[in-house]
Amino acid sequence: MHPLRGAIAIVGAADTAVGIVPGMSATELCVDAALRALGDAGLRKDQVDGLITCNAMAEPCMYHAETIAEYLQIFPRYCVSAATGGGTTFAALHQAASAIMAGLCHTVLITMADSLRSGMSRDQAMKTQSSCGHPQFESPYGPTVPSLYALIARAHMAAYGTTAEQMAEVAVACRAHAALHPGAQMREPISVQDVLASRLIADPLHLLDCSLVSDGGAAVIVTSADRARDFPHAPVYLLGIGEGHSHEHISQAHSLTTSAAREAGERAYAMAGLGPSDMQFAQLYDCFTPTVLVELEDLGFCGVGESGPFVQEGHIRLGGRIPVNTHGGLLSHCHPGNPGSMFALTESVLQLRGAAGARQIQGAKVGLAHAQGGIMSSHATIILGTERN
Amino acid sequence: MDAHAGKHFPRPTPVSRPYWEGCREGRLLLQLCTGCNRHQFYPRILCSHCGASTLAWAQASGHGTVQSYTVVRRPVSPGYAADTPYVIALIALAEGPVMMSNVVGCAPEDVSVGMPVEVLFETWSGEITVPKFRPVTAGA
Ligand SMILES: [Zn+2]
Repeated sequence: MHPLRGAIAIVGAADTAVGIVPGMSATELCVDAALRALGDAGLRKDQVDGLITCNAMAEPCMYHAETIAEYLQIFPRYCVSAATGGGTTFAALHQAASAIMAGLCHTVLITMADSLRSGMSRDQAMKTQSSCGHPQFESPYGPTVPSLYALIARAHMAAYGTTAEQMAEVAVACRAHAALHPGAQMREPISVQDVLASRLIADPLHLLDCSLVSDGGAAVIVTSADRARDFPHAPVYLLGIGEGHSHEHISQAHSLTTSAAREAGERAYAMAGLGPSDMQFAQLYDCFTPTVLVELEDLGFCGVGESGPFVQEGHIRLGGRIPVNTHGGLLSHCHPGNPGSMFALTESVLQLRGAAGARQIQGAKVGLAHAQGGIMSSHATIILGTERN
Repeated sequence: MDAHAGKHFPRPTPVSRPYWEGCREGRLLLQLCTGCNRHQFYPRILCSHCGASTLAWAQASGHGTVQSYTVVRRPVSPGYAADTPYVIALIALAEGPVMMSNVVGCAPEDVSVGMPVEVLFETWSGEITVPKFRPVTAGA
């Protein structure tokens, strides 16, 4: 059995207010998330000896984790700023688990936040939006981030007959779930027709196929399974984790319709000794609706090329075969950039504690979350469960 | 050329300079590995197929097909506003590699996956000429 399987557990998890949160800087949101997670775990700040953060676009700093430690006045033995785009969150969990198992530290605080909605100066916003892609071989052609994901959507449509209506259903399902989450940024239900009627951003992606721009942060506290017994909440065990990294620039991807989510998923399933049919929920990275389709296929929830009909038949809704993004995802809950998947993680913890309120999956014992960064570039899959063995 | 002011001008590196010089002369050059006889794009100091460093430059046919595409409705920055809407496409070159480009010379709604295209060159400045693609059947 893999040494990481069931070896660590999440003992604290919390979100800040999300959406439009003008009263706090990115740094303060990050600290606020940390304090809330410490409170949830019943720990004093000096009881964590590891810290992992990620940089904030609204308030970038050279040594981000050190900045957060300084603000909190904690003095960790292990202190890292992680950076694999949207995949950062679960890559950080991988690092935390490895650090604990290697004896580098006992208890790790992972806290991440950004203030993309309220905290960006005009210059920062211009700078981050005004170019993307490879500086020599992509950027001159004027791609936008949505356009790079649109290339994936179009390729899936051409290969499998996937439709804009089917992609829209991903946004509709996420919104229906967000409507059940009191903290979500967008809670007004939408229809497939609403998505298709929203402005075209980069064909075939409409405005409502694109995720939100948000302020917010979230944090978790991770410790060894042995220590995890003595906390206020029942531990949520890490049963499997895997990464896959295939490219950085979309023009260098070896496939547009499949991704390294496949390798990440296979590695996580192998560690857990579980498969897709064992999962009771899947929090999938939904920066744009087509990514969920590719991930459903790559992670084995449906056959290759079958994700369009699969979502159209309602299988990703609460009560469906595999509920996806029970908190509303990046499309409707919030998307403050790199920290985005932290909310998929805290939501998974709530589901496994049975504390997800109106959106609770009855009897949830094991579930999966997947994060993706770049343009389907870096992937990390985690499998969490209520039982260690 | 004022028409291209504000666009993202590529900055050639020592390794990529022959590619950009080729574009300026109206030739699409790709690296060809003399070890495994395969082409690659973008230019590198090693062959991405076999790892050899024995790379030569070879003129490509300039033909390819559209692997995927999108129509950008909101320009990435003001320098691209006059071109909007514009087509971003991945072009599968006849020699094997894939490159990003714009498809021009036809209405955006006439672009399709699998469409045969051929290279043309757009001069941005004395140093920079950018390869773009147009439909083979457009008779442009
Ligand atoms: Zn070679």
